[in-house]
Amino acid sequence: MPRTPPPYRDVVIAGVYNTEQARRLPGRTVGDLCTEAVLGACADAGVAPAEIDGVVGMQVGELIYELGLGPAMRLNSSLGIPAVLHAAQAIAAGQASVVAVTAAGAELLSTDGSAAVWTRPPNELTAPYGLFTAAEMALMARRHMLDFGTTPEQLATVAATIRNNGHANPAAVYYDRGPFTTADIRASRLVADPFHLLDCATTSEGGTALLLAHADRVADLAAAPAYIHGGASDAHGPAYTQAPSFDRTHRDGYPAGYVGRRAAEICFGQSGLGPDDVDVCEFYDPFSFEIIRQFEAYGFCPDGEGGPFVESGAIGPGGRYPVTTDGGTMSFSHAGISAQMLQRVVRGVEQVRGTCPSMQVDGAEIAMCSNGGSGALFTDVMLVGSERP
Amino acid sequence: MILEPNLTGVPVPQPTPLSKPYWDGCAIGELRYQRCTDCGAASFGPAHACHRCRGRSLEWTAGTGRGAVYSWTIVGRPPLAAFVAPYAPCIVRLDEGYDMVSALVGIDPAELERIGDGLRVQVEFHPVADSITLPFFAPADRR
Repeated sequence: MPRTPPPYRDVVIAGVYNTEQARRLPGRTVGDLCTEAVLGACADAGVAPAEIDGVVGMQVGELIYELGLGPAMRLNSSLGIPAVLHAAQAIAAGQASVVAVTAAGAELLSTDGSAAVWTRPPNELTAPYGLFTAAEMALMARRHMLDFGTTPEQLATVAATIRNNGHANPAAVYYDRGPFTTADIRASRLVADPFHLLDCATTSEGGTALLLAHADRVADLAAAPAYIHGGASDAHGPAYTQAPSFDRTHRDGYPAGYVGRRAAEICFGQSGLGPDDVDVCEFYDPFSFEIIRQFEAYGFCPDGEGGPFVESGAIGPGGRYPVTTDGGTMSFSHAGISAQMLQRVVRGVEQVRGTCPSMQVDGAEIAMCSNGGSGALFTDVMLVGSERP
Repeated sequence: MILEPNLTGVPVPQPTPLSKPYWDGCAIGELRYQRCTDCGAASFGPAHACHRCRGRSLEWTAGTGRGAVYSWTIVGRPPLAAFVAPYAPCIVRLDEGYDMVSALVGIDPAELERIGDGLRVQVEFHPVADSITLPFFAPADRR
């Protein structure tokens, strides 16, 4: 049974905007990109920037000052889906009525041959052994392969599917760079077994923003409204400092490898929806295996059956659960620590509006969006819909 | 080929007040962990409270350094030039009942691929700086 009333029913996602995304954006800065993105989301929504009375994410103080929004609510600690949910909660609680959520990455690419700085966080217990994000997620993936017989071909199926979505997306950094077969994925150079280069996220630069408003504004909006049917977050600990053991848990049925399961149950419960109601899965794709474990964690298939599930045709174009339709972090963009997480929600909004320039899922009404990763010990989930919950 | 520890130019741990007993143990060849004096649960990494009973009575204890491989990866593309590939980050499930991240040494990667799951391993210590010694793990039957 849904909660009564659903917690976000008075909130609308009124506007979304992505700046240009590219491997590098010379001369652009985080402030520049966030500003463009917030103003772009306002234009998309048909809402005057002066109406913004809350900013969440990155550059919040600067935006409030430079756009002349003060006094306005600011929340500068939230990243990704939690930033969107905090904005929605602020509107639902009457703290603000029009809230911009933004993030960007620029001046990020390392030039000394080392991996992107956010993929190798310093920690006394892990960094000395050469751990980095790919290795952390690989430790989760390996255990799943040992326990359930998940195969490299199944991982490659995920990577080929998502990369081909990006290949077809004119806005993707890696547009027209495919198509890819599973053999291409498996033949790319080894990063951290079982992950080859094409099983992994890319790095790039760009900005993004969403504009949220009270639902009483819906009649004034320029774009089709999107609604939040649920949202929740799970963590099992700090990212990249402790052993990412698949089976670590303090609650039965919620191992760290399935982080996000509790959040998904809450998220579905908020509007009385389940996996059967989802039309498109805008899941976070830092590494190919992460898609497989998410289908299990959220209840789309039984534990251990995510590998056969992704090989069944379900996740491709025309399948029952098309996944990460813009190309995700593997192909669309991965600009740092937050923008690409918000972009999962942006794409979910575009899907339920029916406006995706590529890989639009016909008649999509509910999109499930996610952030995080098992090796990082956190996952956030959110349901976006075309109808008010 | 046999996996060797990466010891040159790698990030050197900076012990904190919380972790210093652990690193002091490594320096004298002891693999230490925290044991709850109330409920007996083992904790790692260094913690402020017992994850099982939430008590504050954690005591540093020297373990056997023996355990079994829970998971591993063979890295082909290191994050920093100081690391020479291939190397094998791993999770070891210690006999005392906790997990830790380390790297496997003393085994061929192809053999690890075949026999890695549950492989019995034993700690061995290698210095990486004047005051810091890192624990690595090698197959227990070849020491």
